[in-house]
Formats: sequence, structure tokens, C-alpha cells
Amino acid sequence: MKPRVGFFDFTCCEGCQLTILNLEDEFLELLELVEIVEFREIMTGQAAALDIAFVEGSIASPEEAARLQRIRERSRTLVALGACADNAGVNALSHFCPPDELGRSAYGRVVEGIEQRLPRPLECFVQVDARVPGCPIDGQEFLGLLQALLVGRTPELPAYAVCVECKLGEYPCTFEHGTVCLGPVTRAGCNALCLAAGDRCRGCRGLVDNPRSQPYRQILEQHGLTVEDILAEFRIFNLPPEKS
Amino acid sequence: MNIEIKHLARMEGHANLVVDTLNGELKECRLEIVESPRFFEVMLKGRHYSDVAPIAARICGVCSVSHTLASLAATENALGVKVSAQAQGLRRLLSYGENLQSHLLHLYFMAVPDYLGVPSLLPLAKTRRDLVARALRLKKVANDLVRIVGGRPVHPVTPRVGGFSALPAAQDLKELRRRLVAALADLEETVAMFASFAVPEMARDTEYLSLAADQGYPGLGERMVSSDGIDAPVADFADILTEYFKPYANAKFARASRDTLMVGPLARFRNASDKLSPMAKKVAAVLRLDAATTNPYHGNLARLTEVVHFFEEAIHLIDTLLLKGIRAESIWVPPGGGRGAGAVEAPRGTLFHAYTYDADGRISAANCIIPTAQNLGNIEADLRALVPQLLHLPQEEITLQLEMLIRAYDPCISCSTHLVKVEYV
Ligand code: SF4
Ligand code: SF4
Repeated sequence: MKPRVGFFDFTCCEGCQLTILNLEDEFLELLELVEIVEFREIMTGQAAALDIAFVEGSIASPEEAARLQRIRERSRTLVALGACADNAGVNALSHFCPPDELGRSAYGRVVEGIEQRLPRPLECFVQVDARVPGCPIDGQEFLGLLQALLVGRTPELPAYAVCVECKLGEYPCTFEHGTVCLGPVTRAGCNALCLAAGDRCRGCRGLVDNPRSQPYRQILEQHGLTVEDILAEFRIFNLPPEKS
Repeated sequence: MNIEIKHLARMEGHANLVVDTLNGELKECRLEIVESPRFFEVMLKGRHYSDVAPIAARICGVCSVSHTLASLAATENALGVKVSAQAQGLRRLLSYGENLQSHLLHLYFMAVPDYLGVPSLLPLAKTRRDLVARALRLKKVANDLVRIVGGRPVHPVTPRVGGFSALPAAQDLKELRRRLVAALADLEETVAMFASFAVPEMARDTEYLSLAADQGYPGLGERMVSSDGIDAPVADFADILTEYFKPYANAKFARASRDTLMVGPLARFRNASDKLSPMAKKVAAVLRLDAATTNPYHGNLARLTEVVHFFEEAIHLIDTLLLKGIRAESIWVPPGGGRGAGAVEAPRGTLFHAYTYDADGRISAANCIIPTAQNLGNIEADLRALVPQLLHLPQEEITLQLEMLIRAYDPCISCSTHLVKVEYV
């Protein structure tokens, strides 16, 4: 029997699911390899048990946490899909806003205990077996992870920084024109996509393992920045551990 | 009779539909928005103008280009930044690409299953491989258009305040043009397929609002118009659109001249069908779509008509851009703050952003009104008008027709959540 796969979304923009639907060339092949049994955005119906659950989005209420729990219980493997699920993504910014103002903007009044309703990563609620980082995810990386899971291998993520991919692509370093870039501390795997597009890295793929021990720390020092300065910028796409 | 559909499928975001009737009378009919809010207007406060569009894009994956473009227009108007004709052209092209992405996804993956009586397109991968392959082919051209101009199919990276951080290569635009032309055969089959579907009947007049058509079919622009006589600068949108709450609905609605308001493909078609491309006009005729239609189910036909229009316009626009030659340009952003608004025609309708910047170029206030907030009141009013007419039908048939009605609007719930009110227990 083909592995039964489901896609689920919580508090997010659904851009990661969309990236999967955008795998036009591989999509029909994908349907040969797995049976998609749940995918609310494009199909009606529910499944009892799943081999792999891909979960997109952050968890932002007790109801969402309970729904996630039920998905966890009926799935053998649970994968966090995208930055929102992995480390709260852009949703993380709400943790740094005045709670009263958040309540008023969304509910028209001050809401008691709104901190408990701020978006958090899946990991705060259930065991996560694997993750696909990025905002949005990279479609090819998703396929690579699925392949690993299907053949029973442990999926691996690049352990070096975006900076390395940027150098390989020979893009001009943004620090040269005074723009702070998170490439030195962000996990690689996007082929320095934003740098290729003339922008800067905002760290959507999360922190590389051991950001301090790597040689590119020098770059930061040369430009008068500390790792801490850079980590403060990291808030756009990442919830710092002390807040989760 | 009591119908309750939890987590409506084949739409973007989470909503429940509750319909309750007693002795043939409608007691309750509401669309509940159950998604958690995402607080974007507060989260944007304090952000530097260079980070605003990339954050605002994440309001919605399906409409990330529209949020980017509306956000950039608002920032540029606030800071007094001028954008070149070339950049305007590329932004229009990008906007065609997103409307195509979204419309094609909607038509094939969300609407077609209703007409073919299947839960999704996926099981058809074996039995109707031609149809599924065609859907994927068409969608891929749209995605590649956004990727070539915007750098990525979801959450574009090249558009920035004042223009673009990277420009598409002429070679890539030429290749794109070739593929847009080659896709016309697939479009023809798509039109033939939709022309063969029996679209449910319904009539309910409402106010139809869109950006003005003075430079062609509504797209990017500085003026808004409506069937009830609104004709105003986009900068005044907050005075024209009234946001309000219904005690039972838990969601924020918006209206203009009367109780309900429609934006989106059907509203644009109603306001500007004479500005459609020649091919799109023919398609509208084949689909028997009339500029005076008040049938909300015709939303899908208007969507398909627009698909043909955007293909044709994109081909012409690429020709214009290539003829002039794509040139690198320098971007200058004046120091200092200010207030400004921007609007674009997103796939689901007119999208407004407005920002106030302080002297350091950081946001002190942000306001966004998204299409679904404007359509929500209209969807409910349509449901209320429709349910009494359906009561003689079996319950599954009623459910299907109501779901189809909601889907014809393609409501984008995850996008609307930052405007939504949910009561806590
Ligand atoms: S990670 Fe980014 S693209 Fe994915 S759902 Fe979250 S906001 Fe959207
Ligand atoms: S360059 Fe940085 S922000 Fe851009 S996609 Fe890669 S990790 Fe994300």
C-alpha cells in the first residue's frame, strides 16, 4: 500500500502548501508514490490514520493545540512545514508587540491572557519528527525530505550558512554597501535566493547550528557587529527560545 | 433542518457555515471565521520601510504579490518616491501573473470538482490525466511569470520601494512570451469545458466596487469607482469603506454606499467589461456572461474571462517592455516620513494598505482592508437570499449549492484574519 500522506494548516498564510501545489512537474509523479488522503485546501474529506502528516502554520489557541494533538495521535511521522510551524515565522513578531494593542486590533478590546494565544511553533505542543525550513519552503527540499522518509532515511538539513551559498553564487556582499544581512547565521538550502534577487537575507530558514563557531563570524566583526546584533534582527522570522 | 459544515474544504483558510431553518423559514445563516488572528497591523509598527513589504506579503501566500504591490504603493506615496514607467510595467506584469496563479488554482482545483461531482482533482490524475496535466501546465506558466519577474512564485523578492532590486533578463521574457502564446490552446479547452457546465441560477443586485478603468481594465491605480456612483481617490478609502461588526458573526465586515458590497472578478467585469482584451470579450460571449449579471455564481465565469485577458495583456506588455529594452535604474528614496495609501486589484478584489511613517522611515500606524472583508457581508446576504429557494431540495444538494456559492467568491480567510473578531469563552 502506498504511504498515506496528509497536509494540514494552522495559523499561517498557506504559502508553503501552495509551494507544494506549485511542484507542477513532479506533482503527478508524487501522486504515484504516495496517496494524499487529506489536503483541505484542495479536497474534501478526512482520513483515520496517516503515515506522514505535513503541518503548516503556528499554533495560536488551545483549540488549535487540541487539533494538532489529534493529528499527532493519528500520524506515524509529523513534519513541520515552513517557518511558521518550525519557529513561528513572521507570526513571531506579535510576541514583541504590546498585548493590549494586539487585543484591540483583532478583537476590538483588551483581551485578558492574550499571551497564551500568541502563535508558537509546533514543537511547543507535540513531538516533531522532521522539518522543512523557510518562508516559504523550498519545493525541491520538500521532495528531498519526502524521498528520505519514504526510503527510511533520516532527513538532513544543510549545517552551513546562507553566506556560503552567497559566496558560491558570487553575489556582492550586502555588508559592503552598509546593509545588515542575516546570511552569516542563517541555515543554507535556499541557494541564497534573496541575495540573488539583489535583496538581503532576513533569516527565514532559521539559525544555522552553532552560529558562533563558524569562520564567517569574522565578517560580522569587520563590520562592527556582534552575533547578538544579528540575532536581534532575527525576530522577523524567528521566535527566540526564551519566548517559546 | 440544520446544516453545519466545519472547516469548509477547497478554499483558502478556515471557516464554518451554519444554516438553521424551522418550518421552511430561515432562522440562522452565518459564515463563521474560525482562524486565529495574525495581528499584522500591530506587527508592522516600528518596522523600517525596507522590511514592510516583505512582512506584509506574508499576510497571504496566495496573494503575496498583491500585498507586496499595495504595500509598496502605500509606502511610496507616503515617502514621496517616484517609480519609473519600466518598474510600473513590470509590476503590472507581476500582478497579471498572480491573478493567473490564483484564478487557475481556483478554477481547476476548487471549482471544477464541484461541476464534475468529485471531492478533489487528485483522483482524476488517472482517469482524466489530460485535464489534470492541463491544469498543471497552465498553472506552471503563471508561476514562471511570477518567478521570472518577482524572483519566486510565492512571496516575491525583487520588488522594493522605488522599483526592483533585480530585473528580468530579456531572454527569459522572450521565452516566457513564447510559452504564454503556446498556452492559448489549453485556454481554449478550458473555456470549452466551463461553457459546458451548468451554472446555478440566482439573482441579487449589490454594489460593485473596483479600481477605475481609465488606463484599461482595473489593475493598479489611484482611483476607485462603484456601480452606486463612487468615484474617489484611493487615498480616501478609509472614508468610503465603513468597517463594521455584526453581533452574531464575530467577523469584521466592510461596506460602502449600501448594506452590501462586492469586489473581485465579477465586480471588475461589471465595471469594465468594455476594457477587456479582444479575446476575453469573445470568451465572455461564449460563456454567456453579461455585463449586467447579478448572479454571484458567475464569479467563476468572470474569473475565466479574466484569465484570458491577463494572458493576452501579458503578451502585449512583454512586447512593449522588450521593445523599449530593459534598463538598470537607480532608486532614490527621499529621507523623512509621511502618510500614504495604495491599492491594487488582487485576485479576490480591491486591496488597500495605508501607512504613516515617522521621520526615520519607520511605521507608526498601519491599516489594511482586504477583499474578503468587503465580500463577507455580500456572501452572507447571498446565502440568506438563496436558502429559502433551495429548501425543497435534498440536504446534500442544498449543502453543495451553498458551498459552491461561497467558493464562487473564493474567500481568502487566512488573509482576512487580522481583521477578524472572535469572541473568547
Ligand atoms: S512559513 Fe511563510 S510561506 Fe509558509 S505558511 Fe508561514 S508565512 Fe506562509
Ligand atoms: S536568503 Fe535568507 S531570507 Fe532569503 S530565502 Fe534564503 S534564508 Fe530566507
